[in-house]
Amino acid sequence: MVRVASDTLNSRVPDGPLQQKWDKHLFDMKLVNPSNKRKFSVIVVGTGLAGGAAAASLGELGYNVKSFCFQDSPRRAHSIAAQGGINAAKNYQNDGDSVWRLFYDTLKGGDYRAREANVHRLAQVSNNIIDQCVAQGVPFAREYGGTLSNRSFGGAQVSRTFYCRGQTGQQLLLGAYQALMRQVSTGKVKLFARREMLELVIVDGLARGIVVRNLATGQLETHTADAVVLATGGYGNVYYLSTMAKGSNVTAAWRCARKGALFANPCYTQIHPTCIPVTGDYQSKLTLMSESLRNDGRVWVPSSKGDKRAPDQIPDTERDYYLERRYPSYGNLAPRDISSRAAKERCDAGHGVGETGLAVFLDFRDAIQRDGEDVVRKKYGNLFHMYNKITAEDPYKQPMRIFPAVHYTMGGLWVDYNLMSNVKGLYVLGEANFSDHGANRLGASALMQGLSDGYFVIPYTIGDHLATTKLEKIADDHPACLQAKKDAEDRITKLMGVQGKRSVDSFHRELGLLMWEKCGMARNRSGLEQVIGQIRDLREQYWKDVRVLGSGDTLNQSLEKAGRVADFMEFAELLAIDALNREESCGGHFREEYQTSEGEAARNDADYSYVAAWEFQSGGAEPILHKEPLVFENVKPSTRSYK
Amino acid sequence: MSTHLLNLNLRVWRQAGPNDQGGFKTYRLNGVSTHMSFLEMLDVLNEQLIAQKEEPVAFDHDCREGICGMCSLMINGQAHGPDNATTTCQLHMRRFKDGDTVTIEPWRAAAFPVLRDLVVDRSAFDRIISAGGFVSVNTGNAPDGNAILVPGVRQEVAMDGAACIGCGACVAACKNASAMLFVSAKVSQLAILPQGHPERNARVINMVAQMDKEGFGSCTNTSECEAACPAEVSVAHIARLNREYLRASIFAET
Ligand SMILES: Cc1cc2nc3c(=O)[nH]c(=O)nc-3n(C[C@H](O)[C@H](O)[C@H](O)COP(=O)(O)OP(=O)(O)OC[C@H]3O[C@@H](n4cnc5c(N)ncnc54)[C@H](O)[C@@H]3O)c2cc1C
Ligand code: SF4
Ligand code: FES
Repeated sequence: MVRVASDTLNSRVPDGPLQQKWDKHLFDMKLVNPSNKRKFSVIVVGTGLAGGAAAASLGELGYNVKSFCFQDSPRRAHSIAAQGGINAAKNYQNDGDSVWRLFYDTLKGGDYRAREANVHRLAQVSNNIIDQCVAQGVPFAREYGGTLSNRSFGGAQVSRTFYCRGQTGQQLLLGAYQALMRQVSTGKVKLFARREMLELVIVDGLARGIVVRNLATGQLETHTADAVVLATGGYGNVYYLSTMAKGSNVTAAWRCARKGALFANPCYTQIHPTCIPVTGDYQSKLTLMSESLRNDGRVWVPSSKGDKRAPDQIPDTERDYYLERRYPSYGNLAPRDISSRAAKERCDAGHGVGETGLAVFLDFRDAIQRDGEDVVRKKYGNLFHMYNKITAEDPYKQPMRIFPAVHYTMGGLWVDYNLMSNVKGLYVLGEANFSDHGANRLGASALMQGLSDGYFVIPYTIGDHLATTKLEKIADDHPACLQAKKDAEDRITKLMGVQGKRSVDSFHRELGLLMWEKCGMARNRSGLEQVIGQIRDLREQYWKDVRVLGSGDTLNQSLEKAGRVADFMEFAELLAIDALNREESCGGHFREEYQTSEGEAARNDADYSYVAAWEFQSGGAEPILHKEPLVFENVKPSTRSYK
Repeated sequence: MSTHLLNLNLRVWRQAGPNDQGGFKTYRLNGVSTHMSFLEMLDVLNEQLIAQKEEPVAFDHDCREGICGMCSLMINGQAHGPDNATTTCQLHMRRFKDGDTVTIEPWRAAAFPVLRDLVVDRSAFDRIISAGGFVSVNTGNAPDGNAILVPGVRQEVAMDGAACIGCGACVAACKNASAMLFVSAKVSQLAILPQGHPERNARVINMVAQMDKEGFGSCTNTSECEAACPAEVSVAHIARLNREYLRASIFAET
């Protein structure tokens, strides 16, 4: 039985009509006057869209900012890899879009498991994001006459996605990075690259600093500030294989969770329908083929089981365009969770293609016939090139083979409307928090959220905290700092001291496989109960048998990985516990026991319309569940239908 | 897509730290699948080394999909290996033959000191961007996106420059270790777009000055950079940088 806290969480959503909440809140919050801003310092961990935008904007306002990332440059945060685009409610296409429609689509897309007021604010500021990025010189695609172009993404019937070829994330991130580097040149932001956050420092209940390891030298460093902003991305690598970057980790968030920050909805993971299938057991990561491809690509499998003919030998009458068949009004642009499960269903039924039978076709034949190869190349050239690099097949000539893969994590540290966690002074932005996407994220909305949090929310909400909180000066030798540093040191010593026989990667792969099989696209009670035990066993083995060579005081990539995997081993258990607790299917969380006769997710609003925020307990004790009831004042949760 | 297995001799640069001399070590690696990426091949080598209690080879990488610019490596003397328009992480072992000897080194340039094995310090690039590779517009100061019109064709040229992933292959491939292609990609993008015009002169002067200060060599137009560039940034951007520089030297306010 899960231990449930008696109080419910307060999301601090302002009163008043939905459309006026944010404006009213902006007025109600306390301000730090311009000349006082230079007296405050802020640590921003992460330089992706969320952290990069935050650090730059806070620097512009006059705060003293320290910015951290584990890569060698802030420009390499994994936001760089986003391909397809970013949503905004500009209605430039005159197709009936509005702030309200973007809000509605996003909330519905999240299967009514997101916080209504946050989603509305997101839709409201979406337009400012596009303006800001254009002004920075982000080269969004344009029409001949010079106006901005749009494309369509899943879960929407309007064309509201802005893009830069197939590399939108790269261009948005470089925009934020350049704004950040401008603040570095003014001295308002100090940059700390190749640093990994290993501990949070809490003094008198307030987040006041971090301990990082300098990955180039191995030295541990303590940094203090008046507030800490965490924008460290998603935890998809708990599955080992995912579309995340190799260094993406849960460490920063998990270290905060261990110090009392609540971790919300860890079981909400997104499996993206269109990724390049796995080819061998040496495979180190999975590559996404952007959802934007479904604007023109049609998804199909052979109608008859085990049909091994080459795709061009299979006539249209013997093809099953199953998304168009099952979801006629959204067709190939059905949302991700639904498209992924539909692919799994076809493969499980024996219709899968390719060597392993774990793939479906994404076919551009009709688009090429209709528009010509050049038009298709202009839109998707770099994705086709990437596909060809990896598979040695030519998608202009034969359909792509694709399969679902772990891609995004909707869960994250719990935050209130101000994006502050339950630990005062600790803010969490971007993919690292939980707030805006509910149980399923729609395409092109993570970039929007990261930039909204970084450019347009945190610059205001952090001021309220700094202006109203008594903050004593603290130095690196404060007992809380020394203790945090010692904790980090001890863990490194312990990891190096195991001197076992198995590599870190071999453990990580094993954990990932367990999670994928028992806690992936489909979950059930007995599998989850079993996997919790298996994770515990594996973790125990890890601490007995992991082999980390070299030393702690040099650049040591095995040690970096070892620390991350140790945290994944703990976090994986929480993910499974959350999945077990949520006895319903919603969005990316599909419990086999809870489905309709047509195989669609059966949500249970009566019992599970809440955010599950978990409090870590030391000594291996079960975590405590805190609930934030979800209140829908403006939209009545309905059964999600894309038929 | 059939699979073959390769047996390879790997000559890998090993260097314990910035002050160590470093040198090549040769490893035999058998049974490498042709479907593997080059970095997956190095993963397998590292697993083998760990099993033998030898410290694994350090190399930079993150996204493994050709966009973050973190991976590097000189492979048989070529930056990012033999394929055009391809980063090391996107290079696949099907490009190699059974029995090949493959030499793997870090980027070599005075401005990119080696930290360990194949890992180098490229922070000089960040400092060059910091010197002027931006548009000075604070958050909240922007007009409507469509208030600034950019013809689709110009937009495409700007995007060609903006596509640079900041990997440093251009520097590594150049006999002078010049960073001109990298610098020109940013100068050119922001010179083409109207948003970049107000700071155009100062930008090119300051970025070039920083580039010189970091110790990169000068450009003698050999175009090795373009051949090595995984993002297909063209030397036409260098020509544009030179025009911008000239223009700025004439018109700069002093
Ligand atoms: C392949 C791919 C394609 C995508 N395409 C789209 C798309 O088209 N549209 C869309 O809206 N979304 C897309 N997404 C999702 C979106 O890109 C991400 O959710 C978003 O960019 C995350 O931004 P972020 O700022 O929260 O984190 P990230 O960009 O992941 O940045 C994390 C930062 O935290 C730092 N960090 C992490 N851990 C530590 C630590 N322990 N110590 C110190 N620093 C740390 C990292 O160095 C990095 O700077 C895509 C995602 C992927 C993987
Ligand atoms: S110009 Fe090309 S080679 Fe040089 S840093 Fe940019 S992407 Fe790399
Ligand atoms: S690892 Fe990111 S470009 Fe190669």
